[in-house]
Amino acid sequence: MRGLIVVLAALMLPFSALHAEEAKPLADDPVVEARVQKLGEELRCLVCQNQNIADSHADLAMDLKKQLREQIAAGRSDGEIKDFMVERYGDFVLYRPPLKASTVLLWAGPFALLLLVVVLLLRRLRSRAERAAVANTLSADEHERARALLAGEENKV
Amino acid sequence: MKRYLWPLGLFLVLAGFLFAGLYLNPREVPSPLIGKTVPAFSLPQLAAPDKTFSPADMKGKVWLVNVWASWCVSCRQEHPLLVELAKTGLVPMIGLHYKDERDAGLKWLAEGGDPYLLSAHDRDGRVAIDFGVYGTPETFIVDKAGVIRYKHTGPLTPQLLRDDILPRVKQLEAS
Repeated sequence: MRGLIVVLAALMLPFSALHAEEAKPLADDPVVEARVQKLGEELRCLVCQNQNIADSHADLAMDLKKQLREQIAAGRSDGEIKDFMVERYGDFVLYRPPLKASTVLLWAGPFALLLLVVVLLLRRLRSRAERAAVANTLSADEHERARALLAGEENKV
Repeated sequence: MKRYLWPLGLFLVLAGFLFAGLYLNPREVPSPLIGKTVPAFSLPQLAAPDKTFSPADMKGKVWLVNVWASWCVSCRQEHPLLVELAKTGLVPMIGLHYKDERDAGLKWLAEGGDPYLLSAHDRDGRVAIDFGVYGTPETFIVDKAGVIRYKHTGPLTPQLLRDDILPRVKQLEAS
């Protein structure tokens, strides 16, 4: 029995080691690599559309990261590098799309929706308060009955 | 009664949007290259490595660029159609042999037929990045002045060729 456990444990051990991805070759300069990482997080991988190219191991993402390294080494600014990508792949490549006529809904939509909901909520709260105010006014008879009830004279009413 | 219809209405609107969304293709990213000059490059030819190809060689013609690779499964799907198109002689097509070994590419053309006027060998995929290529196969129409007029991502279909690509080529050739 003990032997079996040891064998099973031994079988389980190497799995994690086998599945660990080998670290990808980095640029020699950690400052450059930090910029590649930061820029890569802003850029969409077009092959695997819900990943950024910093996270993606797709072939194209690798090539684009190589481009980032080269362009950083050539002294280009972040803005210039993003423009380079947009010229080729369109605004879709940016995870933070620019504010344009075609993207106004994207940027303003959630706030417009929030505003609408707040307005509806305020209106509802106000009408409810008004209804409650009306409901809380008692006539003279009702006042008398309430007083009687509170005094424990229900039977006499 | 009306207050119960509200959520139902909202649900129906949402369901309508989601239903329409089922038929949209997220891979069809509008290309910013349409209306721009074809990227300038010079690459060795696949079949004759000592010769190069550059888009300037095609000036004055309406031509197609087709990005392909032997490892690309959808390319295999569209390939017979391309061979047929080449037989009609309607429009010259340049292949951009993308991130692939020369031998593998030559073998593929020998097996399936070679629909290209010639193929440019883009071993490291750099030129393809200038074309904004993200999913092979991709097909571009370039006009006489060297401006990209159309792009399709994914395999061509007979319908697409008949209804979209060939009419555009004809129109561009007439202008």
